[in-house]
Amino acid sequence: MSGFFRRLAGTPWREIAGEAGSLAFLVAQVFCGVHVVNAHVCSFALVKGVSMLPALNLAGDVVAVDRVSARFGRVGTGDVVLLISPENPRKMVAKRVLGMEGDAVTYLVDPGNSESSKTVVVPEGHVWVQGDNIYASIDSRQFGPVPYGLITGKIFCRVIPFFINFVYSLV
Amino acid sequence: MAGPSAPVWSTLRSCLSGALIGFTVADRYASIITVRGPSMLPTFGIEPGDRALVERLCLDRYDFSRGDVVVFRSPKDHENLVVQRLIALPGDWIQVPELQEIRQIPQGHCWVEGEHDASISWDSRSFGSIPLGLMYGRVTHIVWPPNRIGRVERKMPEGRTMQQ
Repeated sequence: MSGFFRRLAGTPWREIAGEAGSLAFLVAQVFCGVHVVNAHVCSFALVKGVSMLPALNLAGDVVAVDRVSARFGRVGTGDVVLLISPENPRKMVAKRVLGMEGDAVTYLVDPGNSESSKTVVVPEGHVWVQGDNIYASIDSRQFGPVPYGLITGKIFCRVIPFFINFVYSLV
Repeated sequence: MAGPSAPVWSTLRSCLSGALIGFTVADRYASIITVRGPSMLPTFGIEPGDRALVERLCLDRYDFSRGDVVVFRSPKDHENLVVQRLIALPGDWIQVPELQEIRQIPQGHCWVEGEHDASISWDSRSFGSIPLGLMYGRVTHIVWPPNRIGRVERKMPEGRTMQQ
């Protein structure tokens, strides 16, 4: 009994606590480093769905998202961007920017059924986004121009196309 | 590492870790902003030049309450942050006296107002409801100047909204 307590008193608690502390600090630094890079420099995202066919695959593509351009306002017409959905702030969607503030955008109101189109001028501080697949996309034609502040990044590169995803999932 | 560059290198590393931790805390947990502009005077005593503590944990689930003082990116200029009071959540009906109408807040949007009337405060009475995705955080305390340090309370204007 007293042998157990002597061993307990003999273990180097201070050193163990010191090492645990520095390990925890290292883990915290890595976590913070990953967060800063993901949120402010560049990050990866998995996008899936029909609205950006044929540019982005239905079953999922891993893409690289540039966060720096969006922050400095260097997003322009033709870019594919990742933005917070105006209908549900917990959802991110990928769409293409078709008009910046001040541009006049013409779009088909009902692409499968009629030829009628509307023209709208994008207000200050907003952008007009549309999915490439106009037959199956919920975008600015339904929810109107979105404020630029909802854009979180510009998709500039496809990292893993779906075909490779599929092959890996078979292995 | 030996030689005269060792203390410089270790100071640089500490600065880098401090910056990383600082940015992460400011992005995810809480940060401090400086209030500028008149739109929140004078009802709850926030004046231009005050520093307010903004908590950002609420962005995880977007659980805001009616009457919170919130910070959001201006829908006209994404680089500006605006501090105003959140009056109504998605699905609520709000009475807009200036336009003499009653509107329902669409899904995913909210209604924000400054304390002054619409000619001074530039808020939802001028630009309509804003997407919740523009939210930056919720103001919980004033931290500077010392005579105004304290909690910022939730407050609702009477009889303007009807909840879903």
